Parts: sequence; structure tokens; C-alpha cells
Amino acid sequence: MRLSEHPILNFERIRGKEVTIYFEGKPIKAHEGETIAMALYAAGVKTFQHSIEKHRPRGLFCAIGKCSSCLMKVNGIPNVRTCITLVEEGMQIERQKEKPMLPKTMKPPKWKEPQRIEADVVVIGGGPAGMMAAINASDAGAKVVLLDENPMLGGQLVKQTHKFFGKREQFAGVRGIKIAEILQEELKKRNVEIFLETSALMLLQNGEEKLVVGVKKNKELVEFKGKTVVVATGAMERMIPFENNDLPGVYGAGAIQTLMNTYGVKPGDRVLIVGAGNVGLILAYQLYQAGVKVEAIVEAMPKIGGYFVHAAKVRRLGIPILTRHTILRAEGNEKVERAIVAQLDEKWNVIPGTEKVFDVDVIALAVGLRPSIELLHQVGCQIKYVPELGGHVVIRDSRMETTVKGIFVAGDSAGIEEATTAMLEGKIAGIGAALIAGVASSEWLKKIEEAQKELEVFRSGPFGRKVLEGLKKVVVK
Amino acid sequence: MSEIPQYLKEGFLSVEELKEYVELPDEDRLRQRPVAIPECPQEIPCTPCAEICPTNAVLMEHPNALPVVEYEKCIGCSLCVQICPGLAFFMVHYIGNKARVTMPHEILPVPKVGEEVILLSRVGEEVGKGKVVTVIPREKSKGDTPIITVEMPLKLAWDVRAVKVVRE
Repeated sequence: MRLSEHPILNFERIRGKEVTIYFEGKPIKAHEGETIAMALYAAGVKTFQHSIEKHRPRGLFCAIGKCSSCLMKVNGIPNVRTCITLVEEGMQIERQKEKPMLPKTMKPPKWKEPQRIEADVVVIGGGPAGMMAAINASDAGAKVVLLDENPMLGGQLVKQTHKFFGKREQFAGVRGIKIAEILQEELKKRNVEIFLETSALMLLQNGEEKLVVGVKKNKELVEFKGKTVVVATGAMERMIPFENNDLPGVYGAGAIQTLMNTYGVKPGDRVLIVGAGNVGLILAYQLYQAGVKVEAIVEAMPKIGGYFVHAAKVRRLGIPILTRHTILRAEGNEKVERAIVAQLDEKWNVIPGTEKVFDVDVIALAVGLRPSIELLHQVGCQIKYVPELGGHVVIRDSRMETTVKGIFVAGDSAGIEEATTAMLEGKIAGIGAALIAGVASSEWLKKIEEAQKELEVFRSGPFGRKVLEGLKKVVVK
Repeated sequence: MSEIPQYLKEGFLSVEELKEYVELPDEDRLRQRPVAIPECPQEIPCTPCAEICPTNAVLMEHPNALPVVEYEKCIGCSLCVQICPGLAFFMVHYIGNKARVTMPHEILPVPKVGEEVILLSRVGEEVGKGKVVTVIPREKSKGDTPIITVEMPLKLAWDVRAVKVVRE
């Protein structure tokens, strides 16, 4: 089902021309600008494939192209990430049941020389960190190219309907969706070449030169050559173990935001949220705004982990928050129909007799993120496991340069934090990359220092403590 | 491990707990004109309330500090209620045996002036009915958030922090 009215968002504005796609032969109405997965979900198709061994149904999980939950056969080609592939008139979509094979009748495309793009700075990722890196590298004098595998710029900002914290000059009081628009406008004003629907498959080095191997729209090869590269590839949602956690209906919190806020598709009728960090709390409020009932938020810790003010917003709308509670299992036939939760004692054991049953069709997991470091790993950056930053992250200096000269990192791929800090890190990395590329004057060092100072202030409160502990372990001189 | 404050276990502040963090204005001040009250007990990096206040009535020692309102300086303009990213600022004004509470309202429908609404407490309980006396729509709000002022019995002034609009 598609949403029509919303207190913050206007979906009619973003819905393009109506097109018809075919799911297992049946016609489905979709809109240009929508991804396949969103159009299917809006039409009530919530099972996207079956697992190869046990044939268990699979639904969405991340909805931003990072997991494999929504892989389907599109126009005969298997393993297409339907969550980031846009619909096209007449598309044929099928579920995968067995190990997918490339169709034998289809000829591989003729080899041709790939498109080659050269720049001083190549930015991978068009979220808050990547956009700020591109804007600032460009201002510092660099020729910049930016690629992102999603069909739109903005990263996760495009689904953040809440207003940001921080200082007003850092966009405090402005909604995430608006920040995405502002940064996009800024990019447009500059001469930054942008490649959307373009995945970075490889990050390679040839002497001083960096090479990013990209694939546009699943088929066209594009090579990006740069003097320096900023990796701002974001993060991936975490999964936690419980019985039936693979049932369609168990989604990452971000996937629900993508459905509901980016594409205006109602995720379900009744939701249980697991995790009372900022993501879980904000999601609860957004669901309420979209007219979806949130039965409860459960949190295994004895206290709410996100900002109290986000919790207060949902409590006054009547949404319960159960601290020291966890999910035991999901139940349902081929899809989520119930969630069973229970209370935990001080030693994290389930207290017998405290089980509660929630009749829900969606279980949202807001249990944290882990940095997407695959490209950095591949190019040989030194990696360290730092739980305070969300998992494996790269060693870098105070200008965000990794142990591979000329490769920079920024935003959640450098460590899980938030969009405000991602933007500041992006600024630092972008300028740093322009400096190493040899195109920026040394006066730009002052801008880096300013941004470093702002980061320091932002992280100076109790919420920054954990991040600062983590940074001590990875930031080298 | 230090004691976890009740509000972080439950997700709401009781009035008693709120008073531990914010000194509330006295009755004289509440009768003079509307006054801004921050329900923001936790140190978070956030400063728009202090930045937007036209009379510098919102004090913050550092960007992570709790906002403190100098009630005598507050002119009741509601800009802090409009801009606050946490929707944590409210205004209270006593008039006779009624109270007017100003609050953000980012839910559809946005009530109309004169409309009767159901009053919700900090835990979403329906505690009575009130009448909407002013509405600042989203396009006129400095923080992109609609602001409503609701008249209610005086005794509910410190309980009601949201409303539900029920239409036939």
C-alpha cells in the first residue's frame, strides 16, 4: 500500500510517470523513480526469494543494496539487487528458488573499452560524508568525481524526517531530507561529475594512481582514475540472533525508513521495534507519523540508549518502551505474524513467566550498524577491531587519510557516529584529499583545523565519550 | 556503575523528576505571559534554542550543556518551541483558572483554531479535553514544525504534552 498524506513528506512530488512491470507474469503498477523492491512491496509482494538449501522465504533486510536479501531475477538476469534497481516499463521480475544460473541462451555483451573518467579526487558514496568531501575538495581546487550505487544522492539523509542536533551552522534544526537537498544543490553549483546507480566494485592502486572500477546500472563498466580517493561508503545494519529472524517482516530499521519515507510505501500495520537507540526511537516516531501502529520498543539494556528527547516524543504518543526486554522469537507462516518478547534479569537471563506476545506484521531491528569497509580492506588499508566505533575500522590520521597514501575515509565507514560528524569528517577528508592530490593551497589547512575543532566540541559531551575512546585506538599522528 | 535516572529507564520525565533538572517558573511569572520551559535533562550536543532566542534568555555554558531559561527575560515568542530538534520545549501560561500550553505538533491532522482536542500526558494517557487557541502552521514555523497552543484546566498544565485530534 502506498501512503498519500504525511505531516512532513509529499510523495506525489516524487512519484514519476506510471509504468507497468511484471512479477511472475502478473502486471504491477509502479512509478518511475521507484526501485523494483519498493514497487513490489507496495503491490503486496513481500517475499523476494527463497533460500537455496531450505527454501525459506526471504524478504527485504537493508533496502540500500548492502545485503543479499532482495536478490531477484530481472529480465532473465539473476542476483539483481532489486532494492537499488529502478523499475523500467515492461520489466520481467521473478523470484529465485534454486541456485541462480546465468541464462544459457543469452550472449554476453560485446567487449568494448570502458568509459574512463579522470579526476584529482574520486569520492565513493554520496551520503552526508561523501557529498561534503566532494563539495570541499572542489572548493579547494580539485576536479572531483562522485559515484554512488543508489539511484539518488543523499545516502541515509533522504529518509531522515527528524530535525538534526548540533549547531545551526551545522544544520541543527533542519530535517535530514532538507539537508540532503541543500548539499545536492551545493554539488550542482560546483563542477562535480556525478555517477548514480554506479557500484564501486574494486579500489586498486597503480603506483601513485588510484583506480576505482565501477559498474553502472548493473552492466556498464566505468573506470575512475584519481590522484586520491575518499571512501564514504556508510554502514550496514546489524542482525541479532533469534528464532525465525529470517522471516519476511523482520527488517532493518533503515529498510523500513526507505520504504516509508523515501518511497511512501506503508511497511505494515503493526510494528515491534527492537532497540531503543536513536534509530529505534526515531523510527517509532516516523511510523506513528505515517499512521502505522507501534506496539512497543524493546531494549535489552537497562536504559534507553538514544537521546531522551527522542524517547519522550514517542512516549507521549502512547508508545511503550520496555527496557530490559528482548525478543525471543518471531512466529508466523511464511511471514511475521507475532513477536514473543520477555524480560531479562541483571545477568541477561530471560525471566520465566514474563513472556509477552505482540501481534505484529513487522519486526524492526534497530540494533546498531557496522562500518562498510570492504573497499578499504581490499586496497590494503590497515584494519582494527574497535567495538566503540561499531566493528572493524581503518587506521587513519587526523586528516582522515588511511595507511594507504592518498586513500581517505569519512563518515560511518570510518566508525559509526552520526550525520553531523559525518559531514565534518567529509569536509576534512575532502580537503585532505585535495591537498595530497597537490591541487589545494596550504591555506586550506586552516579549514581542516576549524572542522577538527567543531568535531571536538560536538564529541565533548557524554554521548561523544565512547566514540572518543574508539578514536584513540585508530587515529595515528 | 552509577544509578540510572528513572527517565532513562522509562522514557519520560515525571514533573517531580523534571524539577531536579529545571527550576520551574513561579505562579506570578506563569500568569504574566507565556514562558518557555525546556524538558531537556540530558547533555547532548545541541544549541538551536540558545541560538534562536531573540532576548538571549536561553543560557548554555557549552554546546553540550542543558539549556537554562531565564524566565524574566523570556518574552514567550515560541521560537525555541519551533526550532528545538528534540521537540522538547514547551510554553505554559496561566489565565484565570485555565492554562495554555504551547507544544509542537508534527502529526496529521493539524488541529484548527477553536477545535476541541484530546489531551495526552507524557505517557500518552488521555487526561481530558482542551481547546486549540492558536496554530502556527509548518510554513510559518521557524523550525518547520507546526506549533499549537491548547487551553485546558489549570491542573493539567504540567501533565499535558501532546494532543490527539479526533475527527468524524
